[in-house]
Amino acid sequence: MKKTVSYVFIYIVLVLISITMLVPFVWMVLTAFKTTAETMQIDPFVLVPHVWQTQNFSNVIKAVDFARLYANTLGMIFLRIVFAIVTATLSGYAFARLNFKGKNLMFAVVLIQMMVPVQIFIIPQYVMVSKLHMTNSIMGLVFPGVVSAFGTFLMRQAFLQLPHDLEEAARLDGCNIPQTFFHIMAPLTRSSMVALGIFTAVFAYKDLMWPMIVCPDNRATTLASALAKMNAQYQQKYPELMMAALISCVPMIVIYIIFQKQFIEGIATSGGKL
Amino acid sequence: MKNKVTSRERSEFIWGWIFILPTMLGLFILNIYPMIDTVRQSFYKTGDFGKGNIFVGLKNYEKVMGDTEVWQALWNTIKYAIVEVPASIVIALLLAVLLNKKLKGREVFRTILFLPMVVAPAAIAMVWKWLYNSNFGLINNLFHIKVNWISDPNIAIFSIAVIGIWSVIGYNMVLFLAGLQEVPHDYYEAASLDGANGWQQLIHITIPLISPTIFFVLVTRIIAAMQVFDLIYMMIDLNNPAWKKTESLVFLFYKYSFEQSKKGYGATVVVVLLAVIMLLTVLQLIGQRKWVHYE
Repeated sequence: MKKTVSYVFIYIVLVLISITMLVPFVWMVLTAFKTTAETMQIDPFVLVPHVWQTQNFSNVIKAVDFARLYANTLGMIFLRIVFAIVTATLSGYAFARLNFKGKNLMFAVVLIQMMVPVQIFIIPQYVMVSKLHMTNSIMGLVFPGVVSAFGTFLMRQAFLQLPHDLEEAARLDGCNIPQTFFHIMAPLTRSSMVALGIFTAVFAYKDLMWPMIVCPDNRATTLASALAKMNAQYQQKYPELMMAALISCVPMIVIYIIFQKQFIEGIATSGGKL
Repeated sequence: MKNKVTSRERSEFIWGWIFILPTMLGLFILNIYPMIDTVRQSFYKTGDFGKGNIFVGLKNYEKVMGDTEVWQALWNTIKYAIVEVPASIVIALLLAVLLNKKLKGREVFRTILFLPMVVAPAAIAMVWKWLYNSNFGLINNLFHIKVNWISDPNIAIFSIAVIGIWSVIGYNMVLFLAGLQEVPHDYYEAASLDGANGWQQLIHITIPLISPTIFFVLVTRIIAAMQVFDLIYMMIDLNNPAWKKTESLVFLFYKYSFEQSKKGYGATVVVVLLAVIMLLTVLQLIGQRKWVHYE
């Protein structure tokens, strides 16, 4: 009896909190399909649109080139993932499994990058990007993400957990270091690579300041930074704003729901870096 | 035999450096040099239109010390962190304890709570700005109140902190759930036999045993909260009466460096931020001896 009561209590708490988590999303969807008049009406207050205004969708994509924004965002995410996984897997392996002079000092550099607030890099990074004439380009968006200190750390952890006998056996069979790495060790860290890829994607997708700085042009920027601009321009036109927010987060939410296990584990390993 | 060992050592040295070379080259160009350069710039006044920068020594730092806007921004940032960090940790910890039982629908709850982590803060801020709207917002109309959530200078920063909490509890909870997996089950059984109730078990068993996880989440959340920018940038326009009471240090950094092109002064602000974060982290590392239990 006492157990049932406590379970009922737990469910009530969890359901109430879940509702709190979902209300903003539900409100975003409902508003995205209302007329502006409906959003400005308080007596009676309109919860659900009378007629679902699909026209808001066509208005918003006419005003803002979302296909372009998606292409830019996905291009940036794809390149950052490739760069991060390739460089971090190589360096993670060396830091975990090879002994060489200077290793500890170089690993300290990796740790320093992880501990310092990112804003400290941004002014010089921006100056470099503009000197290289990469503002308003995908490469400008990718620029600070071509290597990943966090990724190096994560991949090092992954290699540290692998048993030593594998390498010994490979060495006795005559494999040299690159062969051991490419054929034996790297394939075993696939799940950490997936985690790093997901972390990199989510981090890049959410970032606001860097795309605003390097890609102020609407045609070159990312979803997040375009939303910030619309937010300033479309004062009070909430159906359009909510439709824009909806368009820019639905695909990520769908992917998240399909791969939730990988997502949650991938992001949870990031240890506060988000 | 001796020759063989040295050839292995040599090959580890060569391949080790080849393997870390791309990463290290990137880190030195993209992070180490910029870090040094930012500190260097904080000693310069940014020249107007290509006139070159002027070395001003510690003038920027003297100016920061006397700049009420910087002090206000630091205070705003601290107010945000003081609300966001403890609340998000306490709520997340309680939820993790509840979800650490065999419950139907456990996965569903976890998925819902974690959802804000995969949505861009820009979109989240837009929705909350609309929820908070004084005249037509859902919150005021649902509860029949009239609160200026984001334009009342006294409460705006706390309204923004609520969004921060809402965004991050799922993430903290997942970290706590991972920590709870390590707590042996027989501890609770023994405690139940001794008559300890759920609350006593939480205080005397769960919290001490996962204190390393709590400490880790605390340190990383404070660092992240001190860098709050996106939510404030999206919520507060320049004609909002609350903007002086909400702009954070990173917001000021952005404004000085990229909107007003005073990069030298912007660099000074970010060096101050680094110092504050380092100070807070060191204090926590000292304080942890009192409450964190490592096995």
